Amino acid sequence: MAISKRKRAQYIRFGVYALSIALVVAVVLIVDWSRLQGAMFRWDLVKKQFPGLLTTAARNTIIFTILGFAGGLALGLFLALLRLSRARAYRWFAATYIEIFRGIPLVVTLLILGFGIPIAFQWQWPNPYLRGAVPLALVAAAYMAETIRAGIQAVPQGQMEAARSLGMSYSRAMATVIIPQAMRIIIPPLTNEFVLLIKDTSLISILGVTEGTIDLARYGRNGVFDSANSTPLIVAGLAYLVMTLPLTQLVAYMERRQKASGR
Amino acid sequence: MSTEAVVSIRNLNKSFGDNHVLRGIDLEVQRGEVVCIIGPSGSGKSTLLRCVNMLETPSHGTVVVLGNDLTDLDTDLDAARAQIGMVFQSFNLFPHMSVLDNVCVAQQKVLKRSSTDAQKIGRQLLERVGLSEKESAFPAQLSGGQQQRVAIARALAMNPQVMLFDEATSALDPELVGEVLNVMRGLADEGMTMLVVTHEMGFAANVASRVVFMDGGVIVEQGSPAQVIHSPKEERTRAFLSNVQQH
Repeated sequence: MAISKRKRAQYIRFGVYALSIALVVAVVLIVDWSRLQGAMFRWDLVKKQFPGLLTTAARNTIIFTILGFAGGLALGLFLALLRLSRARAYRWFAATYIEIFRGIPLVVTLLILGFGIPIAFQWQWPNPYLRGAVPLALVAAAYMAETIRAGIQAVPQGQMEAARSLGMSYSRAMATVIIPQAMRIIIPPLTNEFVLLIKDTSLISILGVTEGTIDLARYGRNGVFDSANSTPLIVAGLAYLVMTLPLTQLVAYMERRQKASGR
Repeated sequence: MSTEAVVSIRNLNKSFGDNHVLRGIDLEVQRGEVVCIIGPSGSGKSTLLRCVNMLETPSHGTVVVLGNDLTDLDTDLDAARAQIGMVFQSFNLFPHMSVLDNVCVAQQKVLKRSSTDAQKIGRQLLERVGLSEKESAFPAQLSGGQQQRVAIARALAMNPQVMLFDEATSALDPELVGEVLNVMRGLADEGMTMLVVTHEMGFAANVASRVVFMDGGVIVEQGSPAQVIHSPKEERTRAFLSNVQQH
């Protein structure tokens, strides 16, 4: 049986389509929709999530994210500059930092900084938001440092030479010539970092939460304990999507535009 | 012409690892001189030029510009570089800034001129290089020749005492070379001290006050254009020139 390669590829494609459609139809027919809705999407429970979901949980998730991102960006930029420094000790320090905080799970970092350090140093976090956001920022900085370093290195060497030849100092040239160009390159990957950070804030609640600092994921879980029903988690999941989808779409748009403009 | 050395290079050596690119260069450039450096690629002429404003750090020897020894760690390199204009083969305009901002940014950040003063000077210089109407354009919207003229204006905005041209026309389409060379010629006519690494023999022959031929990291021969280009003494110079002029 001699079928040409292109025809075979076509048959395979049709086969996959047909199988997918059959699968969807089977799921629709087999699943007991009313039971599923009763267990996971009860309207009365959806309504019960509001307004607390917005006024407390989503608000706290955003606060943790923004604190973590701002701290991570500032520290990440600093680490990236150390990484590119001519001084070997600086490079070594930054590389070690990055390896450590990238290599340890966020949960472990959260527990060490949230419980371990306060006990070891007889010290207390002055603010519950900082207690969650600082570990988040320290870990985010490690990832962002590598992104920012790559962005800075993507700016042609001639830009630094031109700036220095005009009498700018290294830091002046970085601030006015190199970093603005690097930022344009790294905005899409940094936005991805931001999305990851939004989701990572859901781990902060392992440090324990008070009524006021509860985040979206924990709010959903508490809802599940109260109602013995999954609806609150589904609502929380949707709330994450409402935050992350616009951002991922924005990244896709920026990448398309960068591709089109060719720089 | 007064005999004040603007650039004074003594026993300059530069190695990149095992590659000994400059092997003992001595060169003085007097105020108002236009020195064209010619030679085959790999002869070290660009490296020599880049040592004059310390974009390359010499391995050995001294580079004195306007009385300051740039190889001395006590010398303020940024202040010295502000007086040395440099024009690159690849233009190196700042792509995220408008043409006018390209010409103004260092005036404001380095010379601390007010933005009004900087823009006034910037506009004069853009007019001088024939690009007044492009001041709000971005570099990517300009031709290579236009970009290079902006780069010259950007360097001139710092009121440099000496200008370095590193193969300023080598990246240009042939029909755009003339507009850049004309600007350079105008500068030379006004008495600007210039060090020009170039493959444009016509420019060297007509504009240079002195031509320096380099090969293998040394200065093989130097003198007036008539001497070096039209009646070279050294065999290597003759060989190079006949190769260049065949085409």
